[in-house]
Order: sequence, then C-alpha cells, then structure tokens
Amino acid sequence: MTDIAIVDYGMGNLRSVSKALEYVAPTVTIIVTSDPATVEKAERVVVPGQGAMTNCMRELKKRGLHSAVLEAAANKPFLGICIGLQMLFEESEEGNIKGLGILPGKVLRFPPSAMATPDGQKLKVPHMGWNQVHQTIDHPLWQGITDDARFYFVHSYYVETTGPVAARSNYPFPFICAIAKDNIFAVQFHPEKSHVAGLTLLKNFVNWTPHYADQAR
Amino acid sequence: MGLAKRIIPCLDVNNGRVVKGVNFVELRDAGDPVEISRRYNEQGADELTFLDITASSDNRDLILHIIEDVAAQVFIPLTVGGGVRQVDDVRRLLNAGADKVSINTSAVQNPQLVADATAHYGSQCIVVAIDAKQINSNDVSPRWEVFTHGGRNPTGIDAIEWAKKMQSLGAGEILLTSMDKDGTRNGFDLALTRAVSDAVDIPIIASGGVGNLDHLVDGILKGQADAVLAASIFHYGEHTIHQAKQYMAKHGIEVRL
Repeated sequence: MTDIAIVDYGMGNLRSVSKALEYVAPTVTIIVTSDPATVEKAERVVVPGQGAMTNCMRELKKRGLHSAVLEAAANKPFLGICIGLQMLFEESEEGNIKGLGILPGKVLRFPPSAMATPDGQKLKVPHMGWNQVHQTIDHPLWQGITDDARFYFVHSYYVETTGPVAARSNYPFPFICAIAKDNIFAVQFHPEKSHVAGLTLLKNFVNWTPHYADQAR
Repeated sequence: MGLAKRIIPCLDVNNGRVVKGVNFVELRDAGDPVEISRRYNEQGADELTFLDITASSDNRDLILHIIEDVAAQVFIPLTVGGGVRQVDDVRRLLNAGADKVSINTSAVQNPQLVADATAHYGSQCIVVAIDAKQINSNDVSPRWEVFTHGGRNPTGIDAIEWAKKMQSLGAGEILLTSMDKDGTRNGFDLALTRAVSDAVDIPIIASGGVGNLDHLVDGILKGQADAVLAASIFHYGEHTIHQAKQYMAKHGIEVRL
C-alpha cells in the first residue's frame, strides 16, 4: 500500500518533493510514479509541476494519468504544487489551453503593464524568491505556520478564481497563492523548497483528514 | 511588503571540496560542501549556488553525489553550474536534486542549448551565468564584454545584448559576475549590474567583489539586483547570513528574516 503517490508526468524535478516528504514523514511509504493504478491505490496524492502548463497537460494525458488525477482530486487528500495548482482550473493563458476544470477560474500571466512598485521600480517576471503568504482562512494545513510567513515562489502565471481561496500574496497586486476545497489543497509556491514553513505544511498534509462536503467517510 | 531580496552564498566546488580562489587561482580549502550547505541553511540563506570547477573528468560525477546529499537535508532552492554542455547534463543535475542549472560557456558556444533546456524543463530552472569585463575606460558610457572559460576567453559579445538574447531564448534568471571585481573585495560592478537589470525583465543575481555588508546593500539599492551572491565573506566566518540580512533590513531592504 502506497501512502503517498507523487504523480510523475515527466516534467522536471520531483526529487525535491519526495525528499522533503521523506524528511517530514520517515515512516510513510512515498512513491514517485507515472502508473495510473498506483496513483489510484494511494492514500494521498501530490501533483507537483514545473515548466509550461501546455507541456504538463499534454504529458499528463499522454501517460494516461488524466483520469487518475481527476479521481484523486475527487476523493482523497490531494496536494497540488505550482502547475499542480494551475491545472485544476478551467483554462490558462499559457498556450491558451484547457486545464482539468475541477475548479472555476483561469490562469493568467503577470501583466507587464502592472509590474512596478508604487515608487516606480520595475518588478521582474518570473516572480522568483521568498514572498509572504497571507492566510485567508483557517485550515489544518496552515497549522503551526505563522500568518504572512515567507514561502519560495517561482512562476510567471497566477490563478484567478471565484472559488475557495486559502491565501494571497502581493506582487505587486494581491494574487491567489493557495486554494482549499474539501479534500483539495493547492499552492502556487514550493513548500518543498520553503525551509521550515514549507516542511510544516508538508507534514500537515501527511497528517490531514479532510472534511468532505458531500459524503461522510 | 512583498518579495524579499535574496542572499545566495556561492560554493565553488573542486574535487568534492569547497574552495575559494582569486580568479580561479590560488585555491584555498574552505570545507565540506554538505556541512557548509547545512550551516548556511540554518543561518537563513535564501538559496545555495554550487559552481563545479573540477577540471578532471574523473571527478565530475562527485558534484552529483554532493547535490544528492545536500538535497536530502537542505530544503531551499539549489542552483548548480559548471561544465553543463548538453540537455542531458541539465537532466542529470535536476535528477540529483538541483532546482536550477546554470549555463555559462556552453550558452555562448551553443545558444540553442538554452532554448532547448528551457523548452524541456521550463525557464524557472535555467540560469544563464554571464562573466563580463569592462572593455573601455569610459565611465560615462561603459561597455562590457562577455568572457567564457572562467573569464579567460573574450567573445566579442556585448554583455547587455547577450543578457537580452538569453532572456529571449527563455532563461529564467541571470547570474552576472564582474570579472574586474571578482576576488577584489571592492564591491560589485554597480554600473554593470544596473545596466543589465534595466535591460531585462528577468531577475538578476549580482556577483563578484563582495568584501563587506555595505557591498550587498549597494548591489540591491544601487545595482538594482534582485539577489546578491557572495562567497568569501561567509566562508571564513566574517559574517553570518543572518547578520548580512539584518544589516540589509536596517538599510530598508526587504529580506526574509
């Protein structure tokens, strides 16, 4: 029995995510897998992601992981990271492609015209580095993490949604950097690269028993 | 409040040991890379950069083992550069646990490598390292040339134009080293840093010349760098990363404390 499956669809470095999970949960079985059956059998699922969302969606489908990810997002503790957050939504400006459509909303590029501080200094894209994460709800995954703690980000696109927001950051305008719905928690930043705050969030995920909206478990 | 400016200690690794030299000569041993990485992580480093300067091909895989060891216990971004020649080198470093790979000489020899690597792994993990040297003595309109092979070989390429080209090929970040300043401890080449930072929209890491904490402050405030990289002021215990950050915060720079 795999406790945690990290979904591998061939996009970049998943080692960081598995190493960080092993570090906070040494007794848990963690498998990096591209096998849909393994994902289906896992107790918890992590969907990381790097690079272009266009490639991520293509590879996910090519490897037959599309439905396994949808299934996991429907009924088991699910953590999306970076592109793993962005792909939950309906569509992305990046390559004008469709996402999984699990949550309402879209993925937008930081608009060049907005990328300056109030005193006129240019802000770079990608948004790269440690930014403050302002928690907008109480959630078990925020347990032990100070509000406005800094996490490591690296991305050029962000999510806009009418759905359930769990945190926002500023660059230079407030943007959504975490969402939470039932068994789904997804973040734009990289907890696996965010030192103590990130490790705390991963540990909280390992110990999390979600409340489901429509069924008792 | 928003994005913090980053402090990045740089570890030059030769045959599995951290070393520090002036312009890559007179190498002095600074310790074990895994131990040093752990120490900087505890002190609050925002990222770590490893530059593999191992000349012998026999020992080139040592860096992979070091990165594997560091990545299992240090959970901040790791950048690795040195000897990256093909997409497969990028893959091997990422698989070992690197988050970003830095490309220098090979970007000049084969710019397509930058395009291929970013197309495959994404801009977020490809850093282009530029070693630049001022080639005129005109400080009103200075010009800088790109050098390769650890600063030994001139290329005839203008550093500002090169940075723009690397951005257009997909580079996610520029690691900018002044060959004039590297090892001098006289501070960054602020005009160079500023000129490159103004010319591109991707983040710039200033490198080369840090001898005290004021130099770090100047790199951000005057050079408009997004991150500052230093080696010797941290390696030999003159300052901790935490002290450096407190000093920057005192000068109004947003840092992660």
